[in-house]
Amino acid sequence: MPREQKIALAVMAALFALAPLAVYPVFLMKAMCFALFACAFNLLIGFGGLLSFGHAMFLGTAGYAAAHAAKVWGFQPQFAILFGTACAALLGLVTGLIAIRRQGIYFAMTTLALSQMIYFFYLQTPFTHGEDGIQAVPRGMLFGVIDLSNVWAMYITVFVIFIAGFLLTYRVIHSPFGQVLKAIRENEPRAISLGYDVNRYKLLAYLLSATLAGAAGATKALVFQLASLTDVHWSMSGEVVLMTLLGGLGTVFGPVAGAFIVITMENYLAQIGAWVTISEGVIFVICVLAFRRGVIGELGGWLKKAL
Amino acid sequence: MTEIFGVPTQALFGQLLIGLINGSFYALLSLGLAVIFGLLNIINFTHGAQYMMGAFVAYLLTAKLGLGYWWSLAIVPLIVGATGIVIERLMLSKLYKLDHLYGLLLTFGLALIIQGLFRNEYGTSGLPYSMPEALSGGHNLGFMFLPNYRAWVIVASLIVCGATWFIIEKTKLGSYLRAATENPALVQAFGINVPRMITLTYGFGVALAAFAGVMAAPIYQVSPQMGADLIIVVFAVVVIGGMGSILGSILTGFSLGVVEGLTKVFYPEASNTVIFVIMAIVLMIKPAGLFGAQK
Amino acid sequence: MKFKQTLLAAAIAALSGAAQAQVSDGVIKIGVLNDMSSLYADIAGPGSVVAAKMAVEDFGAAKKGMKVEIISADHQNKPDVGAQIANQWFDQDKVDVIVDVPTSSVALAISEIARKKGKAFLNSGAATSDLTGKACSPNTIHWTYDTWMLANGTGSAILKTGGDTWFFITADYAFGLALERDTEAVVLKGGGKVLGKVRAPLNTQDFSSFLLQAQASKAKIIGLANAGGDTINSIKQASEFGIVKGGQNLAGMLVFISDVHALGLEKAQGLIFTETFYWDLNDQTRAWTKRFLAESKGTKYPTMVQAGVYSSVLHYLKAVEAAKTDDGTKVIAQMKAMPTDDPLFGKGSIRRDGRKLHPAYLVEVKKPSESKGPYDYYKIRATIPADQAFRPEKDGGCNL
Repeated sequence: MPREQKIALAVMAALFALAPLAVYPVFLMKAMCFALFACAFNLLIGFGGLLSFGHAMFLGTAGYAAAHAAKVWGFQPQFAILFGTACAALLGLVTGLIAIRRQGIYFAMTTLALSQMIYFFYLQTPFTHGEDGIQAVPRGMLFGVIDLSNVWAMYITVFVIFIAGFLLTYRVIHSPFGQVLKAIRENEPRAISLGYDVNRYKLLAYLLSATLAGAAGATKALVFQLASLTDVHWSMSGEVVLMTLLGGLGTVFGPVAGAFIVITMENYLAQIGAWVTISEGVIFVICVLAFRRGVIGELGGWLKKAL
Repeated sequence: MTEIFGVPTQALFGQLLIGLINGSFYALLSLGLAVIFGLLNIINFTHGAQYMMGAFVAYLLTAKLGLGYWWSLAIVPLIVGATGIVIERLMLSKLYKLDHLYGLLLTFGLALIIQGLFRNEYGTSGLPYSMPEALSGGHNLGFMFLPNYRAWVIVASLIVCGATWFIIEKTKLGSYLRAATENPALVQAFGINVPRMITLTYGFGVALAAFAGVMAAPIYQVSPQMGADLIIVVFAVVVIGGMGSILGSILTGFSLGVVEGLTKVFYPEASNTVIFVIMAIVLMIKPAGLFGAQK
Repeated sequence: MKFKQTLLAAAIAALSGAAQAQVSDGVIKIGVLNDMSSLYADIAGPGSVVAAKMAVEDFGAAKKGMKVEIISADHQNKPDVGAQIANQWFDQDKVDVIVDVPTSSVALAISEIARKKGKAFLNSGAATSDLTGKACSPNTIHWTYDTWMLANGTGSAILKTGGDTWFFITADYAFGLALERDTEAVVLKGGGKVLGKVRAPLNTQDFSSFLLQAQASKAKIIGLANAGGDTINSIKQASEFGIVKGGQNLAGMLVFISDVHALGLEKAQGLIFTETFYWDLNDQTRAWTKRFLAESKGTKYPTMVQAGVYSSVLHYLKAVEAAKTDDGTKVIAQMKAMPTDDPLFGKGSIRRDGRKLHPAYLVEVKKPSESKGPYDYYKIRATIPADQAFRPEKDGGCNL
């Protein structure tokens, strides 16, 4: 790992490790879950060049699955999270097989349509309790011994999951697989002519992205102890696009920064609710017109290092 | 009374007619989107918000200036189309040399801003808009009661769609437009002001959305979120029809309206999803859409 | 003389100081949590904050030496945003009670959080009758209305006026289905018949297809088991299809005065539904409404949700004063022990399962010609007494 990225990783880890002493822990846990979600999304668009407008379906599916497993089947939290993640992965496989064959705009529209179908499915299926959502999900005992209703225990768990997920995306990006992915993004016909089965690579990237998004969703369900329709609605898909765009598409730390900024903004603007949507829209517009590299991208450009 | 699948034929005809009417709205809206995408390669996510603006400006014209429905039909598309031109000149034109996805993201952001501003100003319950006198009431067709306004919707939609298709496919102006998007440099070399054509095209697409908004005001709730969920369905229509094909969008719009109408009779719970299911299937079999040609 | 006065003043100050000492950190903090920017902003929104402030003023907190603060936030109809705010308010910002909270999914989440932290929750905006049923809690009181009351109030009152054949247009999600189920039970029990039902997906724009089916059924009453935009669209389009002119009546299962305002009397006339507050009910409600309009500096007349916020906050403050504490569980218990009385809902009481009881009114929307002033929209068709308006305690499944 290049030196500046090692420093950035250390800074990020230290910030998240120490911040709960000063900042409200539940807020930080929410930020970490969304940061992981954005990292997963960035894997697909920043490095795979595929804009998915339906990523909420993975966040929400994992959330519902984990919530149901923890509440109704009494799974221990680690199994509930794993179960949720597995469900998201399965959904990723199925939707990936349908969507991957298209590119660019068509791919985005396909993912949007698929996620709408999933949304309506969850709206009507009884186990999700529709508008009410799955409430009062127990956090349970991690590995049967650690009580996660203790906020510190929960925080450390979320922190570990976040760092693990982040490192996994890092590893994927900087592996031979990641290089091929970037090659496909830059020039797909060339990659094909070099003999790579591009569809298989894209599908694999999509699958990884879906799985990690699922991990974020399952963890979030346990943090907030509920799973609701908000997580499968298309506006949630739009939010993760915003976070990644703001942070910097294709940067390593961008999604984390972007997620953190958007969550903070939502939290503090909640007092004047109507302006949240408008501010998000303004940020979108500014980022697209003038700020395409995002916060971390600009920072990296200024430092002349890749972040 | 004869029955088809447990539904009396009379009722079925009624539902088919309703489906056709809804299809008219889909056709009008997807026409604007198809024009913008087909000729400019931009996914105009703001379309739903511009539809909403059309309905609101119609309300304001009545509330503040006392101008009624017929005035609105003529003036509102011009006003909202003008805002579209401003957007294109100030923002969209900067994105043409980039990946098309940026255009999508920009229009998505604009949609959020417009919706948020209107919500701030007008609240969410919506505003009343009355039916124009000349079109209220209806006729009993025997198998159903058809409100006059609904019949008007079909007629107006057919006229507008037909005129648009004719202009783009059959006139010189239309051929310039189509050439300009295929090869802007060459067409510009011929002395045609390509950027201006592009601007006007975007404005025209937006005007179509606003027109649909005015048509909707008397019968649908006029509220800031009226376009938000509708836009996703319209996207599906455009994708199924073929994203560049004007004729494709018109035909698909009407047909999907009918399909949705039939679903509402036989399996109403799925009437929201049926269009997306069809879209997924079409994308798997013929990715460029039923009438489209892959670019 | 002066010395005695000073002594007296000091004594009073000391005594109220002593009472204060049991109120945590000396301040009673009330959090108004609702939807400020989307679907329910007109029903609750900033108006609820105004109502809460009026309750604090009318209680006379300043004169009694009690410090009361009000803060507010927008939960955007998202349970996780609501849960986040509630957690932060209770843990960090020393909020003692959360009020309002429309949107059932958020309300259930807040109820759970309040229970865990021993704080108080006074819900005025949500509909789910589970709040006093399966999900009841010693820390929650459900004010204003709920799905059972709506179904029963509207259902049985309409039956009595002769509406005995029904057709339902239902929004296909938990809330709509619950409304349909509860209303159907009432209709059948009262000897009526349900001639058909159709389920429309949530946020349907166009109801013409469903209205056609309702027309064809020739049911006397078309029950709209939906809310918000769906209700407005179905009513708007029903007028287009001449449903009311054709002799059928529309029964809205959940309609607020802000919806009627948005529709306009021409489209909404003849609509029948149940509310628990109307600004024009009596002199007291009229006087209060005048103050509400002045304080909110607006033209939107109060809805029953906002009235509920006023009523609940007022009773809460009385209970805090009586119990001399702001511990959530204790205050809720005290609120249940005291009968309620306020200018908006009159005299009422709170049951052990947390259900606030007050009369309900079956209203009919006036014709445009019958309306003589702004927001003059309702005719009161019937009054349902408090002991009949809400679900009997034993049927709720609450094990408090």
